[in-house]
Parts: sequence; C-alpha cells; structure tokens
Amino acid sequence: MFELAVLDSALRMATPLILASLGGLFSERSGVVNIALEGILLTGAFASIVATYYTGNPWAGVFAGVFAGILISLIHAIVSIVFKADQIVSGVAINLLAMGLTQFLTWIIWGSSANSPPVQGMAHWSLPETWGPVARGVNTVIGHYPPLVYVALALVAVSHVVLFRTPFGLRLRATGEHPEAVDTLGVSVHAMRFAGVLMSGAFAGLGGAFLALNTHQFVKNMSAGRGFIALAAMIFGKWNPVGAFAACLLFGYAEAVQMGLQGQAVPTQFVQMIPYVLTMVALVGVIGRARPPAAIGKPY
Amino acid sequence: MRKPIEHLFIVLAITAAVAVMLGGCSAEQPGSVDGALRVGMVFDVGGKGDKSFNDSAYRGLLHAADQFGVEHTEFEPGQDADRETGLRKLAQAQYDIIIGVGFLFSDAMRKVAVDYPDVKFACIDFDPRPGETLPDNLAGLKFREEEGSFLVGVIAGLFSKTGRIGFIGGMDIPLIHKFEAGYIAGAKYANPAVSVTVAYAGATPQQAFADPAKGKELALLQYGRGVDVIYHAAGSTGNGVIEAAREVNRQAIGVDSNQNYMAPGNVLTSMVKRVDNAVFKTVQSAVEGNFSGGLREFGLADDGVGYAVDEYNEDLLTEEMLSVVEDARQAIVEGTISVPTE
Repeated sequence: MFELAVLDSALRMATPLILASLGGLFSERSGVVNIALEGILLTGAFASIVATYYTGNPWAGVFAGVFAGILISLIHAIVSIVFKADQIVSGVAINLLAMGLTQFLTWIIWGSSANSPPVQGMAHWSLPETWGPVARGVNTVIGHYPPLVYVALALVAVSHVVLFRTPFGLRLRATGEHPEAVDTLGVSVHAMRFAGVLMSGAFAGLGGAFLALNTHQFVKNMSAGRGFIALAAMIFGKWNPVGAFAACLLFGYAEAVQMGLQGQAVPTQFVQMIPYVLTMVALVGVIGRARPPAAIGKPY
Repeated sequence: MRKPIEHLFIVLAITAAVAVMLGGCSAEQPGSVDGALRVGMVFDVGGKGDKSFNDSAYRGLLHAADQFGVEHTEFEPGQDADRETGLRKLAQAQYDIIIGVGFLFSDAMRKVAVDYPDVKFACIDFDPRPGETLPDNLAGLKFREEEGSFLVGVIAGLFSKTGRIGFIGGMDIPLIHKFEAGYIAGAKYANPAVSVTVAYAGATPQQAFADPAKGKELALLQYGRGVDVIYHAAGSTGNGVIEAAREVNRQAIGVDSNQNYMAPGNVLTSMVKRVDNAVFKTVQSAVEGNFSGGLREFGLADDGVGYAVDEYNEDLLTEEMLSVVEDARQAIVEGTISVPTE
C-alpha cells in the first residue's frame, strides 16, 4: 500500500482533481456554483490535443487548454451573472455542450467518433545528469512526474495566498458571503464574479490539458466524472485550497491503492469498493460540517 | 440555498430529460424498391467512426453492398430507448434484414423480432439467456473471443522475458472473462511457468471502458512490478495501457480491431474480432436465401477472430513464435485444444 509506485500513481491521479477543485473553489468563493467543471475539463483536454496536434508543441496545448477553459466558462459567467439564470442549469448545459461539441469536432477534425490520433507528449523535467550524483538523486526521487504535476502543486500554494493574503482574495470571498456589502464599498460584484468563474475555467482547463497530454490523446468523455469528484473534494476541503488539495490526494491515493491491490488474491469487487468506503469514513469521521459561502447560488 | 445533494438530483433529472430529447430519430424513409435486398444497420454507443467495433461492422456492410448490390441505411441511436425505436422504424419501413451492432441490442431484438416475423434480424455479440431458443427470424451472432485471446496469450507467453505478463479488463463480467481465460490458457500453453497479473478498471461502463488515464495508471503499476506484456480488453481505457507501454518501452496487446499502429514497436499484436466477416456472411446468407435464426458462433475456424501481424509489429514476432501460434490455431480448429471461457 505504501510502495513508491502506488504513491506516484496517487499523485498523478490526483493532479486533474486538484486543478479542477481549485478552479471550482474560486468560482464558488465568489458566489457562483460551478457544476460545469466536468465540461470544462473535457473542453480543456480536447483543445490541448488539437493545439498539440497542429503545432507539435505540448506547451501550446497547455495554453490552448487554459484558453478553451476560460472561453467555455465565459458562457457560464454571462448566463449566470449577467442574465441571472439558474447556475445549476447553466452548469449542466455546459457539461452537455462540452460532451457533444468535443465529440462532434473530433469527428470533423480526425474523422473518428471515438478518439484523436496520438500526439507529442510532455518531456519530464529533470536536472542534467552531468551535474553529478546529487542531480541523479533528485531525478530519481522527483524527476519522473509530468511537469504539470509540479505546476498543480505550486498552484495550491498560490491559490491559498491569493485567496487569504491579497485584497483581491478578500474581495472575492466577501462577494461570495455578502455581495451587498461589497457593492456598498464600491467594488463591482459582477466583475469579482466574472473573475472567479473565468479563473475556474483556466484551472479546470489546465486540469483537462494534463489529463489529455498525459495520455497523449483525446478520447471522448475522457474526463470520466472527474469534474464531479473535484467538486466533492472542494466541499470536502471546506472551500479551502489546502483542504481541497488534501481531499484530492485522498481520492487519488484511494484509487491508486485500489489499483495496486488488484490481482493479489482479493476479489476485484471488494477492492474497487475501497475508495468509496474511505470517502465515507473520512466524511463522517474526520470532517465536520462544511459551510458553503453564504451567498452561493444567488444571482446579484 | 440548495444542498449539494439536491444539486446532484437536479442534475441527474435534467441530464436524463435532455438526453431523451436529444436522442434523435432519423431513420430514412423507404426508398424505391427495385428488387435489391435492403439492409438496415443500427450502431452501438460508439457509433460510426469509432475505428473499432462499429466501423468493422460498417465495413462488412459496405463490402456486402459492393458484392451483392444490396441497398443499405444506417441509424445511430442517441440513448438506450432509441435502440428499440430504431429497430422498429427500420422494420416498419420493411427492410429485409436489420443488423444491431452490440450486445446492448439483445433485449430490444427479442421483442421486435417477435412483432415483425417477416423481417430478418441479426444481433452482433448477442447475449442469450440460459436455455433460450431464438425465433426463426433472429440470428444471434457471437464470437469465440477466447480462441483469439488464446493465440495472443501464446505470443505473450513466448515473448515475455520476465515470465510475468498482465491482463487489464474493463469490467469484471463474463464477457470479459472470456478474454482473460483464453489469454491465460494460451500463455500457459506456451510457457507453463508464466505468471499472470489480472486487473479490472472499473464497476461502471464509464470507468471501465472510457477512462484512458486510469488504464495508463493500472498498466504502469503492472509494468513497475516486472510485467513486460499486458493484454487489454477495456475499450478506450485500453488506449491508456498502450500509452503506458510506449512510455516505459514494454509491450501491450490490442483488442477488437488492429491497434498495432497506435504505438509502433510497443504493441506486440492485437486480438482482432472480425465483425466485418460476420456481417458480410449474414448478409450473404440472406441474399442466397439460406438465412436461419438461432445462435451462430464465429471462431478461428471461420475467421471470426484472429491476431494481427502488420508492418508495425513484424519485427517483434519471430518465425519460431509464429509457427508455434499457427500450430496452436490448427489444434484449436481441429478440437485437440479446448479453450476455457471462464
């Protein structure tokens, strides 16, 4: 259960969840429910493969994923902030749109209803071997993760600082708790909420890019419910970046343990149950009541 | 303020409603009848263009159209309920033979075949109930996946240098057990000392057959434990298995269609299911007037299953390996080897 391969796998499984749940957090802290994370992940995944396919450069794919995530979340922002529509309905619509649109475009671009051809993936970051044994040591310990894993870890810290140590973060949180107060102080509620929703698009789009570039391919519906798990992790972590990060690691670890235990004389069905049981135990036993932002879901 | 769980229910309800609305019905109206046999085909969830199962069925249909000049039309159901609707539409339009692609059609086929006794029906991967007798106008086409899996198992057993090979299935169900059982039997036939690590991807269709990221992690774990060949029977999840083989430079074995091209040099071979042959032969029997209902199995003997050798993997397979595999094929066809299904 604690062998290095399982821990590695846990971190890689957790990465798209971490990025998507950080995204969800910025949106919900501003007061906009974002159930569209699933669709944004899928859109980001698709866009990253298209860009990598045409440019041959996976970093172009990363930027395309982020950009596409922002674009599709812009729909959510306009519908739910400007037109004050129900945020859940808008989120569901975006999930359905993303599913249909990516599949349709896969057919247009590659003539397949199922998947794209393989594309160039990302080279792992590592120190030059010529730097001697220290570099080799560092490489064996941390050099074998895809680069976006490190980006995700850094973004957890950045998100925490932005949310709790900057004026922007304070305003964003205030918008989600008490928009009237924010408005009275002359800060635009709409602008803050746009920022929150678009940031969620950027983060989840990046998560999608990781998912697809790590598989070197777009496969239809490849987000496979991760957007909803990220949403759960965000609530699990009490709308707090470090908490959400820990919840994502727990989900990733449970999944990796489940996979690592397979084929070792325990019935598959029992092993596959582990992540869910672990989630329930943690939810009931460790985490207390989670309080959402007070003004969440209410148009202003 | 709604609670998250209420959100979930709302989402599920809306998703279901929209899905039902989106599931279009667009079967073509009957065209002019000039005496040619008319064939209708209803596709599985993957749809036309899946580069696998459905495309293979479609190829068989086009081949038959080419050969016998039959008229044909296709229908892609959006959601579960549309399958039966699609079959009924084509039956009402008096198509001569209607082919459903995939085991998901089994129930709908049973019902519709009874209602339209003058129309012939064929269902790929038909899932029979124990002791069931099919109506005369319904042919259930099955494949002996275990026989093809046996041959790729032989290749894996001969190729493996570590003596440890892996199997990654989509879902832990009888259909996938056939792949697993045949593969293990084949590997032990080639190398009695070989050990096989088995893993399954998920308990829902989405996790099981459409999550390549998960397939990749499962494969990396097996490769990390000294496995050097992994056979997958997991749909798109298996794309991740092949990607893992490429990344750590080991071997994967593809499934259903020829997947050798997906990572040249790292896909040892593919177990191919010749759905095209089954479709072609079924249309042929209808054209020649000797179509009959009931279960029909396609195995090695009639090219229903096999393994793929092409420019992408020919350097991996030696003459000696292929001669052992061909001997095994011969023995299965003649019945001297019986391949387990469980």
